Amino acid sequence: MKRFAALFTQLDQTTKTLVKVESLASYFSEVDDQDKLWTIAILSHRRPKRPVNSTMIKQWAAELSGVPFWLFEESYHVVGDLAETIALILPEPSSQSEEGLSYWIWFIKSMTQDGEEEKKAKMKQAWSCLSAVERFVFNKLLTGGFRMGVSQKLMTRALAKSTGLDENVLAHRLMGNWTPDTTTFADLILSEDPKEDDSRPYPFYLAYALEDAPGSLGNHSDWLAERKWDGIRGQIIIRNDELYVWSRGEELVTDKYPEYHEFKSILPHGTVIDGEILPFKEGKPLPFAQLQTRIGRKNLTKGILEKSPVIFKAYDLLEWEAKDTREWPLKKRRERLASIVKEFSSESLKISDEVVFSSWHELGIEQERSREYYSEGIMLKRLDSTYRSGRKKGDWWKWKVEPLTIDAVMIYAMRGHGRRANLYTDYTFAVWDGDQLVPFTKAYSGLTDAEIHEVDRYVKKNTIERFGPVRSVTPELVFEIAFEGINKSTRHKSGVALRFPRIKRWRKDKPKEEANTIADLLSLLDIYG
Amino acid sequence: MLLEFTDRGIYCPQAAIFIDPWKPVDKALITHGHADHSRWGHKHYLCTAAAAPVIKYRLGKVNLQTTGFGEIHTINGVKISFHPAGHIVGSAQIRLEYKGEVWVVSGDYKLEEDGLTETFESIKCHTFITESTFGLPIYEWRPQIEVFQEINNWWRQNQALRKTTILTGYALGKAQRIIQNLDDSIGKIYTHGAIENVNEILRQQNILLKDTIRVTAEIPKEEYIGNIVIATPSAVGSSWIKKFSPYSIGSASGWMNLRGARRRRSVDRGFVLSDHADWKGLNTAIDLCEAEQVYVTHGYTSIFSKWLNERGVSAGIVETQFEGELAEIGESTEKEEEV
Repeated sequence: MKRFAALFTQLDQTTKTLVKVESLASYFSEVDDQDKLWTIAILSHRRPKRPVNSTMIKQWAAELSGVPFWLFEESYHVVGDLAETIALILPEPSSQSEEGLSYWIWFIKSMTQDGEEEKKAKMKQAWSCLSAVERFVFNKLLTGGFRMGVSQKLMTRALAKSTGLDENVLAHRLMGNWTPDTTTFADLILSEDPKEDDSRPYPFYLAYALEDAPGSLGNHSDWLAERKWDGIRGQIIIRNDELYVWSRGEELVTDKYPEYHEFKSILPHGTVIDGEILPFKEGKPLPFAQLQTRIGRKNLTKGILEKSPVIFKAYDLLEWEAKDTREWPLKKRRERLASIVKEFSSESLKISDEVVFSSWHELGIEQERSREYYSEGIMLKRLDSTYRSGRKKGDWWKWKVEPLTIDAVMIYAMRGHGRRANLYTDYTFAVWDGDQLVPFTKAYSGLTDAEIHEVDRYVKKNTIERFGPVRSVTPELVFEIAFEGINKSTRHKSGVALRFPRIKRWRKDKPKEEANTIADLLSLLDIYG
Repeated sequence: MLLEFTDRGIYCPQAAIFIDPWKPVDKALITHGHADHSRWGHKHYLCTAAAAPVIKYRLGKVNLQTTGFGEIHTINGVKISFHPAGHIVGSAQIRLEYKGEVWVVSGDYKLEEDGLTETFESIKCHTFITESTFGLPIYEWRPQIEVFQEINNWWRQNQALRKTTILTGYALGKAQRIIQNLDDSIGKIYTHGAIENVNEILRQQNILLKDTIRVTAEIPKEEYIGNIVIATPSAVGSSWIKKFSPYSIGSASGWMNLRGARRRRSVDRGFVLSDHADWKGLNTAIDLCEAEQVYVTHGYTSIFSKWLNERGVSAGIVETQFEGELAEIGESTEKEEEV
């Protein structure tokens, strides 16, 4: 664990990409294959299953540190990170461990089968032989949510550097449904012709947000425009009569969308389509919230499938007749895609229609109508572009509609996590209903560091009541809240749920009396809900 | 009560004196020269001889009387004496005794010897008023010798990479502690003007500080390469710092114990080094003074007093004027005044 902890420290001490790649590359050339494989797994979000819950861990850590449980909780509120709190609060280790990362992962996995007493004994054993940083890393592996400030892309670069392999080849090999238990470093990374893996998707090409006017993209006839659908980006793979559905988070989600299962008998072997998993009923898209209700479910009941059915809106063709088509120009890929969707027709497979336009001005008018189509804006794709991997500037742009906004009063504040631990950064906002303030949303991001500090000071000086990490504050500060959509909700007091709420700006110019009302909010619901 | 908690600060009615008051008063006893303890506008000041020069420099012409450590001043029957607090040079705990009842006001303090500051002295008392800046069990300092090894190693590494090393700390106290414990065989020590002003004052009172050079516009940029610059916390992200490029920048503070604070600071390295007592230090100080009653101020007051009460030490809270819980987040209490 020492070497892995040292890597973590190196990565944590810098924000410079070059230094990170350098640290990772030299780590990869030092540790054994099993540790390499686990490091890759962790950095690509493949973690061992969590064997213990946080309440248990907190109790054991408090006990071992000799502090009462409430004091542990208070410390946790201040630190804002459980793994770190435990690492800081435990007494100095009594011994050292020379075991590497893989051993400790095995150790964590071994706990899944244990009873509570055995788990506790194992935790104590681990904590008493790991240094503060090792403990932190160990706790993070145990509790999940481990971010090392390294994206998969950056990790792939480092791996390319240490193995001498091409970055794109590696990116492809790293995808798919592997875990360190089902493969080896040699099989996954080094083997020229890796095990036949029909499920393996292509890396998604991601668009950048368009910041300037579309006129900056040059001649409009070089571009294809389509709606930016508000679902989940996905990839449909048909190989050897099997269907695989991948979401952008590189999750295999085939089972979650039975609507697509007929594709395997309709589409031919060697077809891969990029598109959107879109909630869709009676000829039009449903709000994203409808899709959300079925994402987390293990059992998809008939009721849910009837209430929130999905279709696949096809954007692009990545493989046809078992051949990679990503080097074809977009124009050719789209034409073939259109004919495929037409020929192998399915109720659940639709092409994402082109938005026809003869000038940027005309497209601007269409863009402003995006909400009428339940879409988030317009996608612009260069007609002669290839399908690239990852987020690359130049060929694909998303041109989103202006968000909806409402002015609201802050009434609760909660401490943040990570970089913002110990600062009050998470707020609850309310609108007026007569002379009452009704909470309707939380929002986290959007303020500058200086503003966060200013609000933090306000919260600490104007606390009315405390409930654990949350404080109610004197209603005074007004913020403009921006959001992408609004829906009816039975779970919220206000009766509405917002999509992507965030703070647009601090309205220091507005007294609290001039914030919006619940009626304003409900009229937005009428128009856009 | 021998001492009362008023909206102007801690007050002794029998002697008609305040301790570290935050609003103008007639007579003020000052524990040390940091801005949140020694404020402008009082008619009479009393502090230690070692703390006086900086206070005079900061506050200008004030009516200031000094005392040696342990010297007893009697005012209307109250025996008042100052005792080392170990926080910064000249910092004191203030002991008050009246008719056999003893109170001690800690001011800010730390127990570890730092090679520069008068060592903390535990005073037996009936009532102890303690700070609690780091009054949570997550704050535990490593011995400073280990921290300075880390700092010196980092300086050597930067030197090998032909970079300037910049380390930030409060101009009064932390900066001098750093200077005194750096390995100056590695290179030269440069200082920000605000820090060098304090250095000059301390040298005039015969404190032997290591040699330092004030950063000035005349010094060619190349001179800094491989050497170390001690700067104030406000220098982080300022334009002043650009001329030292290429550099690696670090911060030395107790708040660096938390990863979130380290990352917020946006420095390359955070060194956990504080002039306040850590959790163990606070508890040790309270055990040693054998007080029956403790009052907790400055910091995690409610948590720390609850902890003491559970341990069987009767403890209450003293709210400081406007701070409330500002100390809780650290950044707000960084004493960034340009001394």
